[in-house]
Amino acid sequence: MSHRVHGVIAEFDNPTALVEAARAARQKGYRKLDAYSPFPIEELSDALHLHHNRLPLIVLVGGIIGGISGYLLQYFVTVLYYPINIGGRPLDSWPAYITITFETTILFAALAAVLGLLGLCGLPMPYHPVFNVPRFALASRNRFFLCIEATDPLFDVEKTAGFLKTLEPQEVSEVAD
Amino acid sequence: MADELQVTDRPATEKIIAPGYTFGSITDQISTVVLTRKTPVFWMAGFGLGLVLLLLFLLAVGVLLVKGVGIWGIRTPVMWGFAITNFVWWIGIGHAGTLISAILLLLNQRWRNSINRFAEAMTLFAVACAGMFPLLHLGRPWLFYWLFPYPNTMGIEPNFRSPLVWDVFAVSTYATVSLLFWYVGLMPDLATLRDRAGNPVARLVYGVMAMGWRGSARHWSVYETASLLLAGIATPLVLSVHTVVSFDFTIAIVPGWHSTFFPPYFVAGAIYSGFAMVLALAIPLRSVYGLKGLITDKHLDNSAKVMLATGLIVGYAYILEAFTGWYSGNVYEHAVTVNRMTGPYAVEYWTLVLCNIVAPNFLWFKKIRGTPALLFVWSLIVLVGMWLERYMIIVSSLAQDNLVSSWRVFQGTRWDWATYLGTIGLFLFLFFLFIRLLPMISIFEVRTLLPHAKVGAAAGEERG
Repeated sequence: MSHRVHGVIAEFDNPTALVEAARAARQKGYRKLDAYSPFPIEELSDALHLHHNRLPLIVLVGGIIGGISGYLLQYFVTVLYYPINIGGRPLDSWPAYITITFETTILFAALAAVLGLLGLCGLPMPYHPVFNVPRFALASRNRFFLCIEATDPLFDVEKTAGFLKTLEPQEVSEVAD
Repeated sequence: MADELQVTDRPATEKIIAPGYTFGSITDQISTVVLTRKTPVFWMAGFGLGLVLLLLFLLAVGVLLVKGVGIWGIRTPVMWGFAITNFVWWIGIGHAGTLISAILLLLNQRWRNSINRFAEAMTLFAVACAGMFPLLHLGRPWLFYWLFPYPNTMGIEPNFRSPLVWDVFAVSTYATVSLLFWYVGLMPDLATLRDRAGNPVARLVYGVMAMGWRGSARHWSVYETASLLLAGIATPLVLSVHTVVSFDFTIAIVPGWHSTFFPPYFVAGAIYSGFAMVLALAIPLRSVYGLKGLITDKHLDNSAKVMLATGLIVGYAYILEAFTGWYSGNVYEHAVTVNRMTGPYAVEYWTLVLCNIVAPNFLWFKKIRGTPALLFVWSLIVLVGMWLERYMIIVSSLAQDNLVSSWRVFQGTRWDWATYLGTIGLFLFLFFLFIRLLPMISIFEVRTLLPHAKVGAAAGEERG
């Protein structure tokens, strides 16, 4: 078997240890890190410098597109495509269009939020190397993992594993690619 | 498990989770309900009842399709009858789910974490039941797509100035957004089920649904943003949906409908009946599945308080409605108010007053809020009361409107009742399938309620 590795992973049994380990690894100079936990941990995002993502922008754009297209749809139908003169009232009766404009804004923003979430996370993803670690199944239960990936310039299987062992983990294992 | 962390902090004073839980035991307790081979008798009974009523629904719909909407009691001038009453009632029930999942998230009410999942499921199924009525009421339900604007050879389009078309957009948006929100909330828990399922088929199905979720910190960070944004989007949406539903009435000039306080009154009523349904579901579920440590008395107490508050708003609206009828000086408004109190629907009216003005005031007493059995009875009273409210608004106003010569008293037929009971069956059927196949409590959100989920909380003791 060709010895390709995705990285080295350390297992912890509580969120505090994971956050401290992530901070220590950053300090040591590792940058290609990922942590896995059974619930969101705000301090972990801080430790890994993950605070900026483009989702709010995506949702904003989705909402604006939704609002404009909802209004234009009604404008097109009532003014251009199927105009009916009812007692000389204006064809573009905008106050009556606000409800549907609002609903399509919400609809497109929500769709943008969910598709954006999946897109930014790269999901659906049928295969990922971390699942090769048998104990990784516990990452969705009660265990916390820190993975230093092989793409990191400082990465060296022996040395990185040695470093992770100094962080008092439960277990350190190699992740096959 | 021996190597599990022990709870060293005092549990949060609010007691929204019983002491002694660990990340592992929460996961096991909630996921076992789904992954076990054993099915409790309670589930069989509930599912069976749902199935029987669902078959009744299918029968009623079959007869309706063959014979037409004339099998219902709708006759001029009461053309809305049961169908729209049930539609408004079901949509309202759904609102509590979105309130819990979105508004309480934005308000940082952490007790919502253990009831939001099944409340959201309740929303989805309630909206599904609600959707049945306008569809069947169309008379030719297979042409429902005429409600949406699309290029067609007939060269006609819906009237965007009509509240009924607004309703189509509001309700379909609501159903879509509720489904998305629910699914996004489920993803991490589906991953848990995938990792814990013994059966390979179950593992495959949960795995496909989890989309490869692995709890990465990068994903969680985006996920948290997405939850907040979706909550922010769903909050104005839920308030708008019942507002738009109330426009179906207020924009018309029928006496008893044409009034500006309908939107807030409808939204409050929706949340009132929705929390009643949450309680009616939560109280038996937590007993049967031994979840009293997760859905605690504090949850019931809080829900009852929301019910009390919204019930008082609803009560205020009734009083204001009667006051407006008198104070407006409008002879028709006045007549409708008097007719409601003394006319052919007087029994329904006074039962409604009993259920929605008198009954909620008993929730001031801690004894009632603290006794689950009583609270269960109270929530059923509220559900009945809110149904009567919708019935009263729709039927009594239409039956006796401006023109005395067109008056006709409405009576629901047995097919009206069969369709209504049938949607309760559809609801129970879907809900019991849900609790058997998906985690009814959000596992990952309940994990965050534990004292040692806080970074730095128990580290000292654990290291020592």
